[in-house]
Amino acid sequence: MRVFLIFLLAALGGCATPGEERDPRDPWEGFNRGVYRFNETVDQYVAQPVARAYVKVLHQEIRSRVGNFFANIGDIFIGVNNFLQGKFENGVNDWARFTFNSTIGLLGIHDVASEMGLEKHNEDFGQTFGRWGAPPGPYLILPFLGSSTVRDGAGTAVDWTVQPVGEVRPIALRNSLYGLYFVNTRADLLEAGRILEEAALDKYVFQRDAYLQRRRSLIYDGSPPREKLE
Amino acid sequence: MRTLMKVCLFGLAALALPLAAQDVAPDALVKSVTLEVVELIAKDKEIKAGGRAKLVAVIEAKVLPHFNFTAMTALAMGQNWGKSSPEQKKRLTDEFKTLLVRTYASALAAYSEQKLDFRPLRAKPTDTDVTVNVRVLQPGAQAVTIDYSMEKTASGWKVYDVMVGGVSLVANYRTEFANTVRNSSIDGLIKDLQKKNSSQEKK
Repeated sequence: MRVFLIFLLAALGGCATPGEERDPRDPWEGFNRGVYRFNETVDQYVAQPVARAYVKVLHQEIRSRVGNFFANIGDIFIGVNNFLQGKFENGVNDWARFTFNSTIGLLGIHDVASEMGLEKHNEDFGQTFGRWGAPPGPYLILPFLGSSTVRDGAGTAVDWTVQPVGEVRPIALRNSLYGLYFVNTRADLLEAGRILEEAALDKYVFQRDAYLQRRRSLIYDGSPPREKLE
Repeated sequence: MRTLMKVCLFGLAALALPLAAQDVAPDALVKSVTLEVVELIAKDKEIKAGGRAKLVAVIEAKVLPHFNFTAMTALAMGQNWGKSSPEQKKRLTDEFKTLLVRTYASALAAYSEQKLDFRPLRAKPTDTDVTVNVRVLQPGAQAVTIDYSMEKTASGWKVYDVMVGGVSLVANYRTEFANTVRNSSIDGLIKDLQKKNSSQEKK
């Protein structure tokens, strides 16, 4: 996970050079760079310090259990999206994962399903819209959330509306779960952020291109029609 | 007669040497190099303690010979490759190589003994351009795919692009390189790459 998230990471500090010529995939570059700088600042002064403290306090073993817990909840709608895309076998696999991990796996903290050979998938509403033929539309950087496109942003809105953690009450518990989710996710990306820092000449461009490539690959489940480089 | 036999045998032996390298199938090559490097890293205390120089040395010795950096740089440069002088091409390739090796070392250092799944090659024996697929398996997350684009050359199979999770490294540098050349020049790009590399060295 960490390996490819190197390229997806939206929240990181750094400088940006204004693009003189517009990329057709990114007509709102000026606006996006503004939001990007905002996200970087928030990340540098809030998200990263918190994530570093979290890594110091909690052992890797426990952090990965936390990750598993949220990943398990995710499997419900990963399954739904597989069904919506007509991949019934995968959908059944995802729901079986949720069933086994929620019970034998103790509310998802152990990923027993993977050991049983039920593979984890990566699906969301943005991918489903893509599969149905929706083009990505302009690249878009969302405040706090980072890289997206118009299509994927709409997908994210649906993802967040339907996800079950929102139903958790009392509100204080729900908010704690959200907090834990964000901190744990950011902590997972610390290493990736450092590598991105090393690899990119212009992080904004590097991240954007990686995001667009990654999403295209995901929509085709890892085997998009090959774009031959000349 | 015996001398002739000897000459023949000698000739055969000489032929067999380069053939051995060429005959290794691309998927077998990826598997053996990957396993060798992973094992070296696991055993080496210096690397485990964060010795980046040692790790870079391992990569240079074991991994680099199987990469075609000139092809990678040419692909990342796109149209600007043709506009570069031989001297510029050489310097671009050297700098890009340094950058990629360092990034690769960082990615490897983050590797914590995940399971690797070497996928069988789906290609015809006559193919000269293939993709070798490796998957990195981790509990609780979708497997990360690593695809090596490889081309058959006179000195064996060489990697000319790596795709991680569907993101092509070469393609990802294309926009960055093109932007820099457009905004300054090919020499400007070389300078930027040098600056990037030397700033990393100080860390």
